[in-house]
Amino acid sequence: MTAAAPHAGPDLAKTPGSPAASPSPSSSGRRTLRRFLPRFLPLTPALALLLVFLAGPIAYCVLIAFTDLQLTGQAQESFVGLDNFRRAFRDDAFLNAVGLTLVFTVLSALVGQNTLGLALAALMRRASKPVRTLAGGVVVTAWVLPEVVAGFLLYAFFRREGTLNAVLDFLHLPSQNWLFTLPILAVSFANVWRGTAFSMLVYSAALNEIPKEITEAAEVDGASGWRRMWHVTLPMIRRSIGTTLMLNTLQTLSVFGLIWVMTRGGPGGKSQTLPLFMYEQAFQNSLIGYGTAVALLLLLVGSLFSLLYMRLLRTEV
Amino acid sequence: MSLPARPMASRSLSSRRTARRLAADAGLLVVAVAFLLPLAWVVLSAVDPHAGLRVKAPDGVTLEHFDAILTDEITFTPLLNSFLLCGGATALTVVCAALAAYPLSRYRSRLNRPFLLTILFATSLPITAIMVPVYALFVRVNLIDTVQGTIFFFAASQLPFAIWLMKNFMDGVPKELEEAAWTDGASSLQSLARIVLPLMGPGVAVVTVFSFVMMWGNFFVPFMLLLSPDLMPASVSINDFFGNRGMVAYGQLAAFSIVYSTPVILLYVLISRRLGAGFALGGAVKG
Repeated sequence: MTAAAPHAGPDLAKTPGSPAASPSPSSSGRRTLRRFLPRFLPLTPALALLLVFLAGPIAYCVLIAFTDLQLTGQAQESFVGLDNFRRAFRDDAFLNAVGLTLVFTVLSALVGQNTLGLALAALMRRASKPVRTLAGGVVVTAWVLPEVVAGFLLYAFFRREGTLNAVLDFLHLPSQNWLFTLPILAVSFANVWRGTAFSMLVYSAALNEIPKEITEAAEVDGASGWRRMWHVTLPMIRRSIGTTLMLNTLQTLSVFGLIWVMTRGGPGGKSQTLPLFMYEQAFQNSLIGYGTAVALLLLLVGSLFSLLYMRLLRTEV
Repeated sequence: MSLPARPMASRSLSSRRTARRLAADAGLLVVAVAFLLPLAWVVLSAVDPHAGLRVKAPDGVTLEHFDAILTDEITFTPLLNSFLLCGGATALTVVCAALAAYPLSRYRSRLNRPFLLTILFATSLPITAIMVPVYALFVRVNLIDTVQGTIFFFAASQLPFAIWLMKNFMDGVPKELEEAAWTDGASSLQSLARIVLPLMGPGVAVVTVFSFVMMWGNFFVPFMLLLSPDLMPASVSINDFFGNRGMVAYGQLAAFSIVYSTPVILLYVLISRRLGAGFALGGAVKG
C-alpha cells in the first residue's frame, strides 16, 4: 500500500495476496496475531467442546424458555414471550417447589453440612488418632459413594421398616414413616449425610493453617472453648466459611438423583425441589418450554451464587 | 511464690486437655456411628440370606446375592457401559484440559484473565439446570441415545474444573526446565508431552481420577441422554431393582451397590495416598 511495504520481511512479501504485507501500524497487530494463533491453537479442542456442548445448550435454554415447545412434537413451536414465567409465578406447584428448594438448601447446605463439617473438623483436632481416622474414614466414604447408591442406603434407612425406626423403637421414642410424613426432612438429612465430608475437609485444612501460638495464647488467657471458637477461630477462617457456604449451596441446588431415588419428589410433591419440578414439567407433562423456563430461573440463581463465589475467591487471592 | 504455682497450673491445663480429648472422642464416635448405620446396612444385607430394610446381624453368611447379580444382563453390561462412557469422557477431558492449560499457563495474553474467569464461573454452574435444553438440543441434532453424544457432553461439563485444576498444577512446573528444550528447537507440544506432563504426574492423576469419579457417580446425565436399556451405565440400571424386576430384592440391591461402588472407593484411596506424595514433590521443586 505504501513505501513501508519493503520493511515487512521477505517471506511476507513473497506470499501472494497476503494481508500481512500491509504497513507497520496494523502489521504489528498482525504480527502479534501471527504469534498468538499458533501459541493458543492447543486451546481449540477444549474451546470447541465448551462452545458446542455447554454454551450452546445455555443459549438454547434462553431461546426455548420463551417458546411453547412440547415433547409431543407439535408442527411449529411459537414465541410466547414471558408467558412461561408468568405461568410459573401463578403456579402453586412451582411456588411449592421454590419453598421446598429453600428449605432443602438452608437445612442441608447452610445449616447441616456446614455446621456439622466445622464441628467435625474442630473435634478432630482434639480427638485421639484412632477415633479421628475412623470418623474421617466413615464420613468420607459416605461422600465418595455414587449418588444413587447413597440414595438407596438412605431410602432403606428412613423407610417405615428401616434402621432409623429400629433405633427409635430401641430408645422407646415414637417412630413414624419418615418418607411419607416428613419427606423433605428425610432428603435434607440424606444430603447432609452425603455432603458433610466436603465441608469437613475444607475446614480441617483451614484450621490447620491457624498458627498454634494464637490458640494457645487464648487458652492460657483462660478463654473458654466456645469463646475461643467465636472470637479467635471463626474470624480467622471466615473466607473458608464463605467459599464453603457458596459451594455447598451450588451443589445442593442441583441435587436430583438423591431425591429421585428416595421419594421421586413425592408424596404429593412434598419433596419436589426445583430440579424435580423441572423434570416433571418437561417429561411427564411434556412441556419442554415451561420446564426450560424453570431451568433458566434455576440457572440464574446458580449464576448469582457463582458470581458471589468468584468475588470471595478474589478477595482471598 | 509464683514458682510452686506453675506445675499446678500446667497440671490442671493438661488434665483439662485429657478431659477435652475424651469429650471430643465421644462426640466423634456418636457422629461416626450415625454415619455408619446406612453403610452397615449395605454391607450386612449383601451377605444376609434374608436381607430386609434394617440393619441387623445376618442370619448367616451367603454369597447367593452376588451369585444372582453377577450376570451379563444385570452387572457386566452396565459396568462395561459405565467404563466406556466414563473412560472415554475422562480421556477426552484430560487431553483437552492439558492442551488448553498449556498456553494459559505459559503465555501471557490479554485474553487469559477473562477466559479463566469465565472458566471459574462455569465450574460452579448447576449442570442439572441445563439438562432439559440439552435433551431438546440432542433430539434436534440426532445425538440423543448415542454413546458419543453423552461422552461429549460429559467431557464438556467436566472441562471447566479440569482446565482450572490442570492450569494450577502446571503453574507449579518451573518454566526454566522447558527453555533448554525450546533452544534445542522442540515445539510447544513436544515440551508439553515430554517435559511438563511427566513432571506434573500427580496433578494429571488428580484431574483424571476426579473426572472419572464424578462421571461414574453421575445419574442425571445418562438418565436424560440415553434411552436404550442396553446402553445404560450402572448408575441408571441400578434403578431396575425397583421397577422392572418386580419385588425388590434388597440383598441383591445391596450386593450390586457394593460392586458398583468399589472402583471409585479404590480410586479415592489410591489418589489420597498419591496426593500426599504429590504435595511433597511440589515442595521439592519449589525448594
